[in-house]
Amino acid sequence: MGIVSPGFQGRPRSQEPALPPGQYLTEDFPVLSAGPTPRVSLDTWEFVITAENGNEFRWSWQELMALPQETPTVDIHCVTHWSKLGTTWHGVSLDTLLDGVDTGAHFALAHSYGGYTTNLPLDDLRGGRAWVAHTFDGAPLPAEHGGPARLLVPHLYFWKSAKWVRGIRLKTMDEPGFWETAGYHDYGDPWREQRYQGD
Amino acid sequence: MTEMSYLDGNMLDGPMRELFTVDLSTAMGRCENCGMTGSMASLHVYSHAPGLVARCPSCKEVMVRLVRGPDRAWLDMRGTTYLQVPMPMEQTRPGPL
Repeated sequence: MGIVSPGFQGRPRSQEPALPPGQYLTEDFPVLSAGPTPRVSLDTWEFVITAENGNEFRWSWQELMALPQETPTVDIHCVTHWSKLGTTWHGVSLDTLLDGVDTGAHFALAHSYGGYTTNLPLDDLRGGRAWVAHTFDGAPLPAEHGGPARLLVPHLYFWKSAKWVRGIRLKTMDEPGFWETAGYHDYGDPWREQRYQGD
Repeated sequence: MTEMSYLDGNMLDGPMRELFTVDLSTAMGRCENCGMTGSMASLHVYSHAPGLVARCPSCKEVMVRLVRGPDRAWLDMRGTTYLQVPMPMEQTRPGPL
């Protein structure tokens, strides 16, 4: 981060101390989507982690539900400038899913039903900072918000929290995803306002 | 449960005019995925997103992505094989003297 204050760069100062720079608070839950909403039956739903050597680790819906569940309450920040504070989710930590996956990879590419992809450093999926979330505010996650299950990585801009998540490919090289190949930042830290490439 | 709505491809004309002088509403495009060729105005444009995503009305694959930053824009047309743009008739070249 530079030593120049945001004011000198012409960015609006946030009035809310809990908000990253350039964000405004919303009580709604805006629906953003780059395509038609996939409808995925729980009977056929699966989540698969593919290691860099091709080994696959699969969970059906029933198997996901049988894993230890967590209830994170987190703030979420969309790159389109809205933030929503104190959202409560229910799901399975990526620490749990990655436990037992033997990998030397440093990068991950999440992929979704419907074809969406987004890249993250694998470390950002660990340490109690990422979940496969299937419940929002006490109710099953609606399809328009990414249900049956979405990735939840709240410390990064929300486009990294892939809706309709189907799996994660572990990579030795960083591979940009859907928005990252169209100008958006490879990491996307809202507190450093990493919206676009080069930010 | 609400389905995400999309706009028709006519809405691409304004944003694309920032980059090109082509009138996209009269252009035809070929989908790289399914080969369907039709008016760019018939694309399905998803605009409630970090950028504009225009999809083929037939196979739903992405044909155009346009991201507008404050001081930069990114245009990805890898899903469009070609654009066919109407042009004014070329002047008849003078024949050999």
